[in-house]
Amino acid sequence: MLRATLVASLALTLAASAQAADQVKVGFMSTLSGPAAAIGIDIRDGFNLALKMGGGKLGGLPAEVIVTDDQQNPEIGRQIVDKYVKRDHVDFVTGIVFSNVLLAVAPVVFDNKTFLISANAGPSLLAGEKCSPWFFSVSWQNDATPESAGKYTSDKGFRKIFLLAPNYPAGKDMVSGFKRYYKGGIADEVYPRLGQLDYSAELAQIRAAAPDAVFFFLPGGMGINFIKQFSASGLGKQVTLITTAFSADEDVIPAVGEPMLGIYNTGFWNHDMDNPESRAFVAAFEKDYGRLPSGFAAQGYDAARAIDAAVREVKGRLDDSEAVRKALRANTFKSVRGPFKINRNGFPIQNYYLRVVERDAKGRITNRTLSTVLKDHPDAYAEQCPLK
Amino acid sequence: MSVLILEQTLNGLQFGLMLFLLAAGLTLVFGIMDLINLAHGSLYMIGAYLVAAVAQATGSFALAALAAVVGTAAIGVLLEVAVLRRLYTRDHLSQVLATFALLLICNEVVRLIFGSQPVMLSLPPALAGPVQLLPGFSYPAFRLAVIGVGLAVALLLYVLVARTRMGMWVRAGASNREMAAAMGVDVKLLFTAVFGIGAALCALAGAMLGPILAVQVGMGESILILAFVVIVIGGIGSIRGALVGALLVGMVDTVGRAFLPMLLRSFLSPAVASGVGPALASIAIYVLMAAVLFWRPQGLFPARG
Repeated sequence: MLRATLVASLALTLAASAQAADQVKVGFMSTLSGPAAAIGIDIRDGFNLALKMGGGKLGGLPAEVIVTDDQQNPEIGRQIVDKYVKRDHVDFVTGIVFSNVLLAVAPVVFDNKTFLISANAGPSLLAGEKCSPWFFSVSWQNDATPESAGKYTSDKGFRKIFLLAPNYPAGKDMVSGFKRYYKGGIADEVYPRLGQLDYSAELAQIRAAAPDAVFFFLPGGMGINFIKQFSASGLGKQVTLITTAFSADEDVIPAVGEPMLGIYNTGFWNHDMDNPESRAFVAAFEKDYGRLPSGFAAQGYDAARAIDAAVREVKGRLDDSEAVRKALRANTFKSVRGPFKINRNGFPIQNYYLRVVERDAKGRITNRTLSTVLKDHPDAYAEQCPLK
Repeated sequence: MSVLILEQTLNGLQFGLMLFLLAAGLTLVFGIMDLINLAHGSLYMIGAYLVAAVAQATGSFALAALAAVVGTAAIGVLLEVAVLRRLYTRDHLSQVLATFALLLICNEVVRLIFGSQPVMLSLPPALAGPVQLLPGFSYPAFRLAVIGVGLAVALLLYVLVARTRMGMWVRAGASNREMAAAMGVDVKLLFTAVFGIGAALCALAGAMLGPILAVQVGMGESILILAFVVIVIGGIGSIRGALVGALLVGMVDTVGRAFLPMLLRSFLSPAVASGVGPALASIAIYVLMAAVLFWRPQGLFPARG
């Protein structure tokens, strides 16, 4: 016991005295259980795929990835991240699915001068005045994807919309994003509890409000249940469903099946995107996991590749946080979505596409990209960010 | 507007009846055996997983529901004989600790077998569509079936408790356990039977709610809290109380979610109303419980006068 302790402390001393890092440590915290587990699992699988394709290395250094389940619980998330930054001394924290979890852990990560690479959640609170030099996103700011859905809804001539989103930060962001670009009238807006699985009361309200269309943001199992129950209620004959990729991607479609057909939705990436990186990613993902990758998987993959590029750029000198920040900002990695820039608040400036769920040539129910709705689109809050 | 009220009433009725299935077993166990069983929700989860597993294997929902009810009742009886029987004479703290341990064990075992991702249970195809009730108003067929099953079980339980000899023993046990035992009721057997019936009702609720919600680890805990609220409102040990309490909770929850934000919007700005509404709706049932406890601390229909 004593000897083991001695050896361990010796090893620690040696590691601490080394100049350039000899490994990259990543704390990967995601939602891996419960109704939204499919999202976290896709992000994790995408991240692991990039790692595997890079031979287990990030930027030429051996990578140690600590994977932990936050159970979609901000308090549990805070404990996990506390351990990441104070005991494990990770270089990067990533993988977080939910905005309320991300907002709970962000202060801990920032205060400990650690980089937070968001592979999903993009709360508006971190995009504007309170933006942080320690935050980078390879996904999107919450408002941006529904902004494109709002533009599509307006362009399509819908004039009476019913809005449905869970009562938590991302739900509010999604609705305000939609309203920013949607010009018609609003029949009603309803905010169920996050994690609610029975939508009978909301469906009755939709029937009573008689809108042209419903725009909903219900991630993971919430969306699966809502679409199934909407279909069973027979409302589909009078009301069109419009959503974002967050309720109409590969995590939701196989669970819902046929009722998904014909649903229009918007997102930053789809597996039919035509560029070499995307094609290679989709082929490798299908080979390894036997299913089509969702946008969430693409975000996980890009998170690993962004870290990889930054570590390579600074030649493993992870102590030089200014250099790492510059490298992350320069964003030199080849993303599956094609080239994109990072804004001053750490969020992407990128395209958002319209897709529709159809049967593909192989008979699978999946998304097909139709058009670009917003091109090189920055988020609405970047102007207020004091960072240069 | 009248269609909206009708639909929400049906929704409240459906939710209330499912709560009743869970609360009926819980209130009997609590009332007769004086056992606080936190693992009651686990039986609901086990029932739902059995339905999902059998439905996947055989393709028949009816068969799956039957298998789940029988299987869960057997598991319930086994639990009672092996573990819970030893807890009747202990104080409530030991019971809470032991049954909480059971709950954690059940969760982990289910996680080991089925994984931590929810199992998707599809609606039986015959009941997957809507049924037209009024011109321009259709309601999901499966939810109507849930209401039908709930009402039938409530009636059956009423007959069982109020009209049969076993029901008489149960009522006797609920109002005074020692006296019932002294009068020659085989309390041991009665407890096992009651526990088995409670488990079967849990499985039935799991079968009915599984396809509407999601079959997942931890599904029992959230609904167990509501079931406890129901039996506290209804009066511990009383089946009639459980029915009334469950319907009250079901209605208040649904009505709160549907009409409270609307009501608030009539005198608050939409932004404020949409913020306050959901928060108020989610505490409405606890306000109801607090009010009942204030005016009738024994619940609405206490089993022990």
